[in-house]
Amino acid sequence: MAAPGAPLRTLRALLRELRHAAGRSYRDSPAYRHVLEAFRAHRVTSEKLCRAQQELHFQAATYLCLLRSVREHEALHREYHGRGERSPQEVAGLVGFRLPQQPGGKG
Amino acid sequence: LWRAHSPPARFPRPPPADARGGPVGSCGRRAYAPPAERKRFYQNVSISQGEGGFEINLDHRKLKTPQAKLFTVPSEALAIAVATEWDSQKDTIKFYTMHLTTLCNTALDNPTQRNKTQLIRAAVKFLETDTVCYRVEEPPALAELQKNEWDPVVAWAEKRYNVTIGSSTSILGPNIPASTKETFVSHLASYNMWALQGIEFVITQLKSLILSMSLIDRHITVEKAVLLSRLEEEYQIRRWGNVEWAHDYDLCELRARTAAGTLFVHLCSESSTVKHKLLQD
Repeated sequence: MAAPGAPLRTLRALLRELRHAAGRSYRDSPAYRHVLEAFRAHRVTSEKLCRAQQELHFQAATYLCLLRSVREHEALHREYHGRGERSPQEVAGLVGFRLPQQPGGKG
Repeated sequence: LWRAHSPPARFPRPPPADARGGPVGSCGRRAYAPPAERKRFYQNVSISQGEGGFEINLDHRKLKTPQAKLFTVPSEALAIAVATEWDSQKDTIKFYTMHLTTLCNTALDNPTQRNKTQLIRAAVKFLETDTVCYRVEEPPALAELQKNEWDPVVAWAEKRYNVTIGSSTSILGPNIPASTKETFVSHLASYNMWALQGIEFVITQLKSLILSMSLIDRHITVEKAVLLSRLEEEYQIRRWGNVEWAHDYDLCELRARTAAGTLFVHLCSESSTVKHKLLQD
């Protein structure tokens, strides 16, 4: 079956991701409450093979993957692709040149 | 001598970075700076229920789609997830990280103006060029890897849908019988329009109908589906090394989009929630 790993681990990781995403008031955020409610509602059938519970666990794992990947993608973007371009001075400086200073600016 | 000329024209950048003014060149003109991003202009994000479904409120303003329609979604869980996306934006709004919002906008606006039949046809057409059906002959290690990883998925799909798919090493690809296509067409027809947008999105990302269906049927996880889709890349990475700023970047983006698409499909076709009458079927 898909989404291996204990549902509890998925839940904890998911709540952690939501905490990263939300900030200070994460416990009041609708997502946090919704996830907790959904998991509580399905807790009763934890011993039997419950299809709804498996569906919920899969959804939770998918949402966890989404939040985690978005966070990692943004971090990678910031680190590698977020710097914009170098100015002409910096480019010249890369090879050891300096830009000429001309009075009155460049035409 | 080294002259400072105006910055050469660049290709339009993919996701623009933080809004920087851009350094000023010695000629007084700005170096190319990506367009300033929209700052976060709202404090609170909340959800409310309207006539057509659930709406998102940014402070007191209601969220609208790019075509200025009111943003309504049929499922509360989906609305909550979209609200979370908006709420998790820090100083600037990075639209390229808001995959669920984008999917909802696509479903609401339907900018390509495709109807259900066209969407299904586009989705099933992917079967002819399905990634897991295209096999290499060499290097033998890769051929072996493809056989071990992809054969089970193809077998699962053939069994689950009672069709013949097969795989091929020729450049023309596998020969998919018409009955197989018919089966998939009629299976996809059972999904509503919103879910179909999601399915077609996932197929386009994974480049495979079979992987998408096995993901949507919860046979494999998102991580596994992405791994199978990128099998050759993973093989080359293991052989030649990983380049974080390219490989991991692409991997995270693909995972994010696929996860968003899958979640979107499931939330739009839930049977446990009340189906709103205005949901287009």
